[in-house]
Amino acid sequence: MTSELNGDASSKRDIRFLPAGDQAVVVEFGSVIDPEINALVHRTAAAIDASDIDGVLEMVPTYRSLLVYYDPLEVLLPELQEQISGLAIVDEEIRDEFRIVEIPTLYGGEHGPDLEFVAQNAGMAGSEVIALHSGTDYLVYTMGFSPGFPYLGGLDMRLHTPRLPSPRTLIPAGSVGIAETQTGVYPVASPGGWRLIGRSPLRLFDPVANPPTVINAGDRVRFVPLDDAAAYDDIDRQVKEGTYSAVTRVGR
Amino acid sequence: MSSQSIELISAGLLTTVQDLGRRGYQRYGIPVCGALDPVSLRIANVLVGNPEGEACLEITALGPTIRFNSDSVVALVGADFKIDLDGREVRTWESVEVSAGSVLSIGAASDGLRAYLAIAGGIDVPPVMNSRSTDLKGVFGGFEGRHLQDGDSLPVGDSPHVADWSQRGLPAGISRQPTFGQEFQIRVVLGPQDGEFTQTGIDTMLTSEYTVSVDSDRMGYRLEGAEITHERGPDIVSDGTALGSVQVPGSGQPIILLADRGTTGGYTKIATVIAPDIGLLSQALPGAKVRFTAVSVEEAHEAQREQESMIREIKSHVGLDLTGTVSVRSEGSEVRVVDESGGRIAVPDVTGSRTSTRTISTIADGEEFEFELTTAFQ
Repeated sequence: MTSELNGDASSKRDIRFLPAGDQAVVVEFGSVIDPEINALVHRTAAAIDASDIDGVLEMVPTYRSLLVYYDPLEVLLPELQEQISGLAIVDEEIRDEFRIVEIPTLYGGEHGPDLEFVAQNAGMAGSEVIALHSGTDYLVYTMGFSPGFPYLGGLDMRLHTPRLPSPRTLIPAGSVGIAETQTGVYPVASPGGWRLIGRSPLRLFDPVANPPTVINAGDRVRFVPLDDAAAYDDIDRQVKEGTYSAVTRVGR
Repeated sequence: MSSQSIELISAGLLTTVQDLGRRGYQRYGIPVCGALDPVSLRIANVLVGNPEGEACLEITALGPTIRFNSDSVVALVGADFKIDLDGREVRTWESVEVSAGSVLSIGAASDGLRAYLAIAGGIDVPPVMNSRSTDLKGVFGGFEGRHLQDGDSLPVGDSPHVADWSQRGLPAGISRQPTFGQEFQIRVVLGPQDGEFTQTGIDTMLTSEYTVSVDSDRMGYRLEGAEITHERGPDIVSDGTALGSVQVPGSGQPIILLADRGTTGGYTKIATVIAPDIGLLSQALPGAKVRFTAVSVEEAHEAQREQESMIREIKSHVGLDLTGTVSVRSEGSEVRVVDESGGRIAVPDVTGSRTSTRTISTIADGEEFEFELTTAFQ
């Protein structure tokens, strides 16, 4: 079943077009983080990709909106909005297939210096934190702000942990952390205030690969605990030799 | 690989390789980067016979000193810098012929902040994700993903320009170069989250004078001035951040997001600087004053069309905007390409292949040919 994006009164679709200057427009589907709304964002991006709408330069799908960059010398805003509104979008009852990307992670120790803090904060053992954190598939709502950084949803409430009072100046690439209600993995080294519970040897961002990132919006991410430093080093070596490929499965 | 190169005897304050940016990868979190003043980069390229989007050196406040290892043509466009070639002062905003061994010294900016040095053939660093722009934060693209340092040597591409390309400047109708000064009137389109601000907040932004903070860089310009008040709060669920977004965090002090911005952000965006004014804004130094005027999307597009028409006029003036038929006539040992009025013009691309006066110099005296011109330039 398909229906027009903005033409079905019975659906809860309520889209708004908000100009983001003169070269981009926000197509907004809602104001909250919600998997259904997010799926609609990605389906709309796919529909625009597959369409013959002229003048669309690139799109940035996020949690609940789609930023569409356009060339005003090729298409004007009212025309672009009309064409996007008229797109046929697969109805939300139909579940997509999705990809599950496994992130091998060594929890605790020097790779996850804040595991103990997170455990104390949650009133449980470190091993329980690991079991909870690695026991679920996280939806990748969107990618941003930096290369290959996935915004993940679905962190167990018991693991919600405040940020560090003062951010670390450098978090190593591959660090797996928790900040408030979010969990994530840093593809590139950067400063940050996240509580670090582990590290993955995967190279999640490679500027010369196509696509440049392993994880993409709409994927699910599963953290898979590694037994020990030897297992970490083994994958790390394969990654550096270019012989490791990330494990992915198809879910639905 | 071209054997041409340039050597930076001194690198200047912040010199990076930039083109028109990395397009199509923001959905992976990859910033656009590219020239902060794209119109100046395009004009610089046009003046040396390059395609508009060729990689240039973006020069900031204090320029580099460069040695050339082969004959070339260069142009510096943007802020006003003092430049000299082997000790002789040369002009900005026009093409300058340099010889192998020449040293070009670019001094300090006397008005504005950034300029683009185009070199015929372009800076030939390997493209990463279809762009030669430097991503300073991501440490990739450009030259080793970093700003240039003393002693760096950069490859230069094969030059498409024909002989006699020097001394090409702007057409008479176009003012030589803008004067930037210390006061900037910047046009914005309100939104996307203007609804998250009080009417007082919006009025404050549009009637107050803001000062460019020293904490401004290629990612964004922080402004200091009257506090812009939110209706509810400064945070939204993170969404895409367009070029020129005027983000207002809890402090009420606006931040204008530029080329190196993160692809997404979680602060309310009260307005967006229009594309035709982005280059102007990026010429503001810390301490400069900024005032905002709200315009409609349609007015912004009209401003862009005017800007594009100015660039077309420059291209036409330097002989890059040729379509149709011209004739090529030999005169003695030299072949001249003439247009309908008989004036000599430059032909960047004749029937699909780059042609110079030398390669067709076997044509007999007085002989005339007609060529279908295909300009490979956008």
